[in-house]
Amino acid sequence: MSKKTKSSSGLGQLLIPLVALAILIVFNLFRDISFFSIGMKVNNSGNIVLTGNLISIIDSASELAIISMGMTLVTAACGGQDISVGAVGAIAGAVFVKVLQGAGTITVGSVILGIVLCCLATILFKLFNGTLVAVFRIQPMIATLILYSCGRSIAYWINGDATPQLNSPIISSLGMTIPGIPVPTPIFAVLLVGLLLFLVFRFTSLSLYTQSVGINQGAARLNGINPTLIKLLSFILLGVCVAVAGVIGVCRLGQLNHKTLLVDIEMDAILAVAIGGNNLGGGRFKLSGSILGAYIIQMLTTTLYAMNVAPVNVKAYKAIVIIIIVVAGSPVVKSRLTALWNRRRSEPTRRAEPSKGVS
Amino acid sequence: MEEEIVLTMRGICKSFPGVKALNNVDFTLRKGEIHALMGENGAGKSTLIKVLTGVYEKDAGSIRVDGAEGEAHIHSPQQAQQIGISTVYQEISLCPNLTVAENMFIGRTSGSRVNWKEYEKRATEILGSLGIPAQAKQELSRCSLAVQQMVAIARAVDMNCKVLILDEPTSSLDEKEVAMLFKLMRDLKSRGVGIIFVTHFLEQVYEVSDRITVLRNGELVGEFTVQDLPQVQLVASMMGKSLNDLAELEQIGQKSRGDEDIVYEAQDLSSAECRPFDFSIRRGEVNGFTGLLGSGRSESVRAIFGADPVTGGKVRVKGKNVRITSPRDAMKNGIGYLPEDRKRDGIIADLSVRENINLALQVMRGFFHPMSKAQMRKFADEYIEALQIKTASQDTPIKSLSGGNQQKVILARWLLTHPDYLILDEPTRGIDVGTKLEIQRLVLKLAEENMSVTFISSEIEEMLRTCSRLIVMRDRKIVGELTGDELTQAHVMKTIAGGEA
Amino acid sequence: MADEKRTAQIRRREPLSDAQMLMLISIGIFAAMYVLAMLTLKGGFLKPQQIFDLLNDNAALIIISCSLTVVMIGGGINISVGGVIGLTVMSCALFLNNNGIENSALSILLTLLLALAIGLGFGVLQGFLVSYLEIQPFIVTLAGMFLARGLTTILSVNPVKVTHEGFLALVKTKLKISWLGYVAQNGNLIPAKIEIGAITAVCVVILMALMLRYAKLGRNIYAVGGNQQSALMLGINVKRTIFLSYVISGLLSGLAGFVFLMHKPAGNASVAMRSEMDAIAASIIGGTLLTGGVGNVIGTFFGAMILATIQKIIALSPLNASWWQEMANGAMLGFFIILQSVVLSARSKSRLRLFNNKASPGSGG
Repeated sequence: MSKKTKSSSGLGQLLIPLVALAILIVFNLFRDISFFSIGMKVNNSGNIVLTGNLISIIDSASELAIISMGMTLVTAACGGQDISVGAVGAIAGAVFVKVLQGAGTITVGSVILGIVLCCLATILFKLFNGTLVAVFRIQPMIATLILYSCGRSIAYWINGDATPQLNSPIISSLGMTIPGIPVPTPIFAVLLVGLLLFLVFRFTSLSLYTQSVGINQGAARLNGINPTLIKLLSFILLGVCVAVAGVIGVCRLGQLNHKTLLVDIEMDAILAVAIGGNNLGGGRFKLSGSILGAYIIQMLTTTLYAMNVAPVNVKAYKAIVIIIIVVAGSPVVKSRLTALWNRRRSEPTRRAEPSKGVS
Repeated sequence: MEEEIVLTMRGICKSFPGVKALNNVDFTLRKGEIHALMGENGAGKSTLIKVLTGVYEKDAGSIRVDGAEGEAHIHSPQQAQQIGISTVYQEISLCPNLTVAENMFIGRTSGSRVNWKEYEKRATEILGSLGIPAQAKQELSRCSLAVQQMVAIARAVDMNCKVLILDEPTSSLDEKEVAMLFKLMRDLKSRGVGIIFVTHFLEQVYEVSDRITVLRNGELVGEFTVQDLPQVQLVASMMGKSLNDLAELEQIGQKSRGDEDIVYEAQDLSSAECRPFDFSIRRGEVNGFTGLLGSGRSESVRAIFGADPVTGGKVRVKGKNVRITSPRDAMKNGIGYLPEDRKRDGIIADLSVRENINLALQVMRGFFHPMSKAQMRKFADEYIEALQIKTASQDTPIKSLSGGNQQKVILARWLLTHPDYLILDEPTRGIDVGTKLEIQRLVLKLAEENMSVTFISSEIEEMLRTCSRLIVMRDRKIVGELTGDELTQAHVMKTIAGGEA
Repeated sequence: MADEKRTAQIRRREPLSDAQMLMLISIGIFAAMYVLAMLTLKGGFLKPQQIFDLLNDNAALIIISCSLTVVMIGGGINISVGGVIGLTVMSCALFLNNNGIENSALSILLTLLLALAIGLGFGVLQGFLVSYLEIQPFIVTLAGMFLARGLTTILSVNPVKVTHEGFLALVKTKLKISWLGYVAQNGNLIPAKIEIGAITAVCVVILMALMLRYAKLGRNIYAVGGNQQSALMLGINVKRTIFLSYVISGLLSGLAGFVFLMHKPAGNASVAMRSEMDAIAASIIGGTLLTGGVGNVIGTFFGAMILATIQKIIALSPLNASWWQEMANGAMLGFFIILQSVVLSARSKSRLRLFNNKASPGSGG
């Protein structure tokens, strides 16, 4: 038991995801080096933008990366996962569209208002989840199952029309690129959310509090920490992440489809948290691991597409890679491998001094 | 010797990364004897037991059990059970969601079907014969902890074990229950069971044991009969030093204090768990709450710290009226609290020693004023040095430290906040004799520096050495307050038991 | 003496365990809901056939709910059950259409074996990863779900209709009970019809209930879910117990796939989509705790029936829309989740008080 604690701190936790990423990169290098080529081209709306698989990976993993960050916090504080992020993301999209439609013309002001209101809405829904978890002490997965099963219906109810359209250069510059900047905007959103969380960690002791609550709630309380507040806070931050992801999702397509917006992203986000080496049972966490996990998942998907695997079949290959990654990261396999490694190294020395052991 | 030997362990070695936990240890257990296994924390007692029960694999050495041919190879608790080695652990290792009967029979029945009626009947018989107040059909989680422990022993007893290991069985029992347990142990002894008894209570060792094996730093000190090893020598051999330190301590303890400043005062304080009581403590005073387990001593100090929901009463800190309804309030008013259950309420297991030390101070500083890593490092180093905490580094997770060192970390956590009033609930429970003395000495030193301390311990001697005033509780009520000449073991016992009746 | 009296009182006052209590609540709610439907919606709900229809339509859901309950009692989770149903349905449909075996009975038997083999395969793989390699069950079964769904689309993206005549005959085979039937408007007696799948589902419920209560494996699963460390110390082979719980779950999922095919003889990529969440909901509504150690399949059966009844009521009511259905499911789930939490915390409080009361006279004497 005590053996495996050492490797869990520092870089050790990031070893598996880094190796996985390296293998994916090397694999693509050998498969087709042009996979990494980055070019410039003029898109439909006349902007010069960067293109290439790498850009598209980083771009399209944005929503996942953002949600994974929030998911990591909730996982660490509550020892469980929020499976309603996709559904609440759809609600976020619906609120955003509703506000813009209500405002009539789409201006920078109305977009900002939309984002703010949509943040408020998601925070409200996440607080519902958070209250069930923190106050009623329901396991997160169960508590969030409620919104998982009816969130998309709420999104539909907010915005009766099945697929409302948003046509505006502001929307497309949020979802794709801003004229004059060749880098896709969602990437900036990831940086922004990352920066926000970095600042939160830097100027508060959220990280220490969250880990304490996740590891030993009772002891944290006796040291003056309010576990309920910390858990609610983690859900609030997740709410902000979900709102941003939802808005990006809507802007990317210029339309809202409450059935497909951020669909199944909860599964990928939990996966990203796990691939990042974080314990799904709560406690210690590393945000960087989860972000890395998100990009690994997207890179895998893009690689499979590049290998002409049909999108519907990607799941099967993804599953196999996931199994390999988690098996490699499993404590049992790790300790077996270390034992094997140690034995091989110590064998010559042991042979050299058998007489010493007897005397 | 004509005595029949049931268990022989020879030359047992076991290492963990960086530590040699057991080095060439021998242990012999005879039929029908109670054999105490003694040693400070980290001496290797629990490692030896875990090797014997198959939780750990030994690196070298041999184990022979009576009845089994040749060397016994034990790789799991099940295998240990099969060859007649049963264990009752310190932490209750039963399943709370099953019935008492099931807990007694699960994991050791043949066939794939469960014959409920028969098990319930047999369980009722066994419980009756051992005088355990539990129903066979009762869900285990509805029994008190003491009864749960007894069910665990009943299970082991029924397994016709040759070797019964009791790992700190008495730490959660009150005196009546301890007496019951000892009766049971003697009963088993007369049936020829060899019992390995691990405990920190010296008196209990002399009450029931026949023989004592002492370990120190993973090595065997020796095997003695009880008659050959007086208590003082036992302590000396466990610690590897003489007991002059103890005498010195008693002298310090006798100092009386004249300071009249009242630091903390409560009137009719009550919580969800305890009845209203009055209490006050002066600057630089060490007082104690005593009473049997369940008498309300822990609940009272929890109410002072706001750990349980406070339901009423007036509190004054340094003469000012304050409201303390949560641990945070108490901390802001300069109160620190080291909880009774270190594992459950004290340590944050996966966090490093550094984070554990700085936790309370960080909370005091507030959510929006995080300490820098350099600051945390400095404080941690300071206190690791000052309290001589044995740890590989300050990045080591606290869970890999020994019990005594974990306790020192928690103590450091509170000392770092420089409280005016520090509550220590059983700070010496389950830790080795050496650290116990260190902690007692520290308490007196703190009082010297004008800190007020409330010290709770189930060992009355310890409290007599450190406290200048003892508050005695019974049935969740304060029944006496002893000072000065009244502070003798006999007098305290009489007050606890209710002498007037 | 006083102690004994007290324990006797306790037993009289609290004869129910948590699981039984929660189960009784869900049975009560099912009954209340059904009666309400009979009073307001009338129509089909007044005929016994309605109950059988609920069973016929939801046989597969009932089976996977049981399979989830078993895993959840052991402290795990299995979200691959829906995916396994999808894969089984698709492979069985393709196998039936293309195997070319003359003997129709043999062909159907082989199909059943194929279904069970797929389930067993998933159960063994997932069980091994969870128990022996100690990987988090959520992730393992999530991968299992992806694998199953992916393999389904690899087999065929387009819907596959079963054309095997023997099997179609089997689909039409129904147990008819005339005395539970009703007389139609044209004067003909229409007997109550029960599908083979529904009978299978009820058998699975009974079998699992017996297994959990009277088999050693069942009790071991409870023990492992209650406290894994303790179970190990009690001499239970924890890893094997967890492994077997996933094997059972896998096998039942395969069986559920076959039952599904007997109800709707066609495979397509979205068969039983998201049904794992319905199964989890059914288990929770029936009183199973995700933390493990508490629950039983009888409760789960009623949990599944509650979900089925809601679906039916909404289908018959003027609110007939899929999103009303989802909202009602969510509301019902929310209600039960909060109820569970309130009931459990109230009971644990009273238990604590009880313990304290007991402790004080003991120590005083």
